[in-house]
Amino acid sequence: MQSRAAEHNDDLVIAGEHFTSRLIMGTGGAPSHDILERAVRASGAEIVTVAMRRVTRSGAGSVLDVVEQTGCRVLPNTAGCYTARDAVVTARLAREALETNWIKLEVIADERTLLPEPVDLLDAAEQLVGDGFVVLPYANDDPVLARRLEDAGCAAVMPLGAPIGSGSGIRNPYNLRIILERARIPVILDAGVGTASDAAIAMELGCAAVLVASAITRAEAPVLMAEAIRKAVEAGRLAHLAGRIPQRLYAEASTAWEGVADLTAHTG
Amino acid sequence: MTVVVNGETRELRDGATVVELLRAMDLSAEGRGIAVARNGGIVLRSDWVNTALAPDDHVEVLHAVQGG
Repeated sequence: MQSRAAEHNDDLVIAGEHFTSRLIMGTGGAPSHDILERAVRASGAEIVTVAMRRVTRSGAGSVLDVVEQTGCRVLPNTAGCYTARDAVVTARLAREALETNWIKLEVIADERTLLPEPVDLLDAAEQLVGDGFVVLPYANDDPVLARRLEDAGCAAVMPLGAPIGSGSGIRNPYNLRIILERARIPVILDAGVGTASDAAIAMELGCAAVLVASAITRAEAPVLMAEAIRKAVEAGRLAHLAGRIPQRLYAEASTAWEGVADLTAHTG
Repeated sequence: MTVVVNGETRELRDGATVVELLRAMDLSAEGRGIAVARNGGIVLRSDWVNTALAPDDHVEVLHAVQGG
């Protein structure tokens, strides 16, 4: 059965590329490559992120096998970078290793919050755009920074809902609404999703997509949660397109008053 | 000569290239999925065969892993 969104050709478009899924899956935290692969399939994701780390002697299969078997586009990130310089070098290393000019740009400020370091983030974004990258920056939920990243030529902007791995949802929906109202590039909620309803809320607010890693990979049953979040993203998108009713303090009757019977006990 | 590879010292013949290092690490010289940095700068794949390492070089050999 085709969904209404599919009938309306409601593709996610990033840098001219079309995707039918609006759920991007981060691969970090999965207990095994096997569970990761099943979770990616259940999520319906067409884009998955990977990180760049030192080669080790471990005999485990490569995360790239999962990427290949699921047919997803690989989106390398710059996780672990604290400076613009490190992030730019890491992006170039990823481009060399994975033969993609797409990069999920992360420049973090400190280990405890993992919040983006906005000054170096913008600096790195400008350098990478200038070097021909398709840049998707993980950003603070700051409308001014989002605008600056858009002006720098980023292909999308990825504000956080809450700190990475916190699973605490969208802490500042008001800022997100301002970002969404002003952005002319896709706004992808990145970080903060803890369960399906968080993803649905992000989509209802008008996000173009949601990026989820820990909420799926660290769930008790990752494959089940992947399916739940896929459905939440689809439901949230449809609700956004459908246009919700306004929130009111008091009731608004759905049944017409006209024609209501007079059942007063009339005495003659 | 001694070089530092992924944080660990390693003995290589003097003038060994990046390709020789990768072979010594049991990695394919085609290096699909692999990237190499030397002293903080990237070494492009096309330069691996011609890039001779020097004593005390710091080399990072990276690949893709699970990551958010």
